[in-house]
Amino acid sequence: MSDLTAASFAPLSDQQPSQVIARPSLSYWQDAWSRLQANRRALVSLYIVIGLLLFTVFGPVVWPVDPAMQDIDQISQPPGTDRTATLVADYEPWFGTSGLPGTGLRLAEKATSQAVRLQWDAVDGASGHRVYRNLFPIGPELSYGIPMAEFLNNDTLYFEDRLDLQPGRFYYVVVALDERGLITDRYQSISVDVERVTTRTEALERGLITESNAVQIGDKITLAWHPLGTDYLGRDLLARLMAGARVSLFIGIGAPFLFVLFGVVYGSAAGFMGGRIDQLMMRFADFVVALPFLLFMILFKIAFGIGPGESGVFPMLVALVVLLWPATARLVRGQILQIREQGYISASELLGASTPYLIMRHMIPNTLGVVLVTVTFAIPSAIFTEAFLSFIGMGVAPPTPSWGSMSNEGIKTMLTTPHELFFPALFISLTVLAFNLLGDGLRDALDARMRNVE
Amino acid sequence: MWLYILKRVLQGLLTVWFIATATFFAMHNVPGDPLTNDRAMTETTRANLEAKYGLDQPITTQYLIFLRNLARGDFGISFVQENREVNDIIREHFPVSAILGVLAVVFAATGGVLFGALTALYRNRLPDYLIMFLVILGISVPSFVVAALSQLSLVSLNTLVGFTVLPVAGWGTVMHMLVPALVLGLSTMAYLTRLMRSSMLEVTSSDYVRTAKSKGVPPTRIFTRHQLRNAILPVVTVLGPAIAAITTGGFVVELVFAIPGLGRYFVEAVQQLDYTVIMGTTVFYGAFLVFMVILVDVVYGFIDPRVRLDS
Repeated sequence: MSDLTAASFAPLSDQQPSQVIARPSLSYWQDAWSRLQANRRALVSLYIVIGLLLFTVFGPVVWPVDPAMQDIDQISQPPGTDRTATLVADYEPWFGTSGLPGTGLRLAEKATSQAVRLQWDAVDGASGHRVYRNLFPIGPELSYGIPMAEFLNNDTLYFEDRLDLQPGRFYYVVVALDERGLITDRYQSISVDVERVTTRTEALERGLITESNAVQIGDKITLAWHPLGTDYLGRDLLARLMAGARVSLFIGIGAPFLFVLFGVVYGSAAGFMGGRIDQLMMRFADFVVALPFLLFMILFKIAFGIGPGESGVFPMLVALVVLLWPATARLVRGQILQIREQGYISASELLGASTPYLIMRHMIPNTLGVVLVTVTFAIPSAIFTEAFLSFIGMGVAPPTPSWGSMSNEGIKTMLTTPHELFFPALFISLTVLAFNLLGDGLRDALDARMRNVE
Repeated sequence: MWLYILKRVLQGLLTVWFIATATFFAMHNVPGDPLTNDRAMTETTRANLEAKYGLDQPITTQYLIFLRNLARGDFGISFVQENREVNDIIREHFPVSAILGVLAVVFAATGGVLFGALTALYRNRLPDYLIMFLVILGISVPSFVVAALSQLSLVSLNTLVGFTVLPVAGWGTVMHMLVPALVLGLSTMAYLTRLMRSSMLEVTSSDYVRTAKSKGVPPTRIFTRHQLRNAILPVVTVLGPAIAAITTGGFVVELVFAIPGLGRYFVEAVQQLDYTVIMGTTVFYGAFLVFMVILVDVVYGFIDPRVRLDS
């Protein structure tokens, strides 16, 4: 305190500015945007969301493959598999080859994806045979696989398999049957490596070759390219993911948008009117909240009824809106009640502001941040709900693809072809993750009270 | 206190009535009717059956009959399995779902509190990052994928060890319950971990913790007596809705793990359009959830003396 002199008490010059504005004044939204940009996680999520939207909207333009088209030469193929096929002559019926060399169960000719032709010698003491096919070796517990054919005499000693043949290894077993037609423990087995072929007619139909091409029977041709592989019906997974994204994101973004809109209208009406009407309106909202959500989603779905040829997207949208609006209504009502008591509202009223002006200038901008955060968090849960319902077969109707129904189809073949489950699950997870992180970022940027909680 | 509980129970009954009404009218709106099936039926048979089930009555009468039966606790007889009462079906399948749900809630709550406290203690260090990464994964990956993956890893585990460590599917012993309950509780656990973490961080920077520290209270005692006890309260509040989410979210886990619970039965009933079973199950679940939430609220009043239930 010793350095205080008389000069310290001299009045300041009037010319000196007493206050300097160091930074430009930022509006609420500018401030929020700069906060969001500073949040790296949220920004990356925003880019992912934009990328997903581009994928959904422009994907089918870049990759114009029909998601319903079946490529029966490439069924359940993971991405990056060999796409070559040998051109063969058109199919002709076969009734066994007489004088085939060799003994036991053997191939009559090279096994192709068109047909596997098997022939065998009668098993000792058998009065008939049953043919099985399996994807795995027999093993010690004698698991034969799927029964393919049964012959209750010893005359037919050949079998032609044309059922869903894919390149790869198959195990065939011929088991002897006793006179009562029951299986015995005597069998012959063979492992068969199936080669992919396509017939000339088929290749022409698909545009893989043209009439003028000098492609001969026995030449190698390249089949259509599927970047993410194909599903169990030979449909292009990438095209289906794009079409599925349209359904999943339409429900995922459309439903939250609609129910938040309804909730805002309902909640602000209740908050504005107050008193008995407010009590009554909120009581009703409480009732709707109490409805068991998933059960009612399913109930509404069957109540709407999906006619033949309909996708069931619309009923699901409506059910989501009907069941999920109360949370937003409650939130907005609370906000409105809070804002109504604020000093700036009274000040504005004193200055002669009309009610519409108050709503437009103060109420809506001040609730918009909270509402935006609600929408962002509602999107992942809506996407989850759609996926969940489609997964248990209560969602969109086949053949309309959605990420949930694709997962449902993929999970059945999860052991042999995991890519059919992996890609839709990846897209669901990525979308949900991006919207959740974006929501976190938006909440931090927009909602001053929630700031720095984490 | 008792007045509050009585008030809540009466409100709960009103809510159950609303659920029942919504269920009745939703089901009434379903295209077709319970007598439309593949069995050929003459006009007389049809009329007789309609009279038997009261389907020839106007809808208001049907609704009153439905409410009267409901008040008696009678959900009727299954339309598909005609010798089974809906009450029997619920009595048989609900305990399975309930055990699974309770186990899942226990997993979710203990895991959520434990991991949440850990992340707050090790804030911005490796355990925090690791657990929060797993939490984000738990929130973002759909339950059916987690269920499928856990089944897959169980299969490989069992083949690797050479005997069945944990069964892949089915129901019966405690061993059957562990993995499904864990999968069912996983997303709730992730949510509770996040909640516990932020609530714990808030408590850590509070005045009473600082006071306790400056008084020289040992850190473990501060942790158990002050931080944990106070931070756990928000977790208890969301436990009611969490129980709701877990018990009704059991469909997928029950389907994937082949567990004979009520959720799976409900899905089957919907596929077969078994009217009475669908209505009975929905009303039953709704009532269960309503009273679960009330129970949690009342319990909360006991744990937190600051909350006054009477007002």
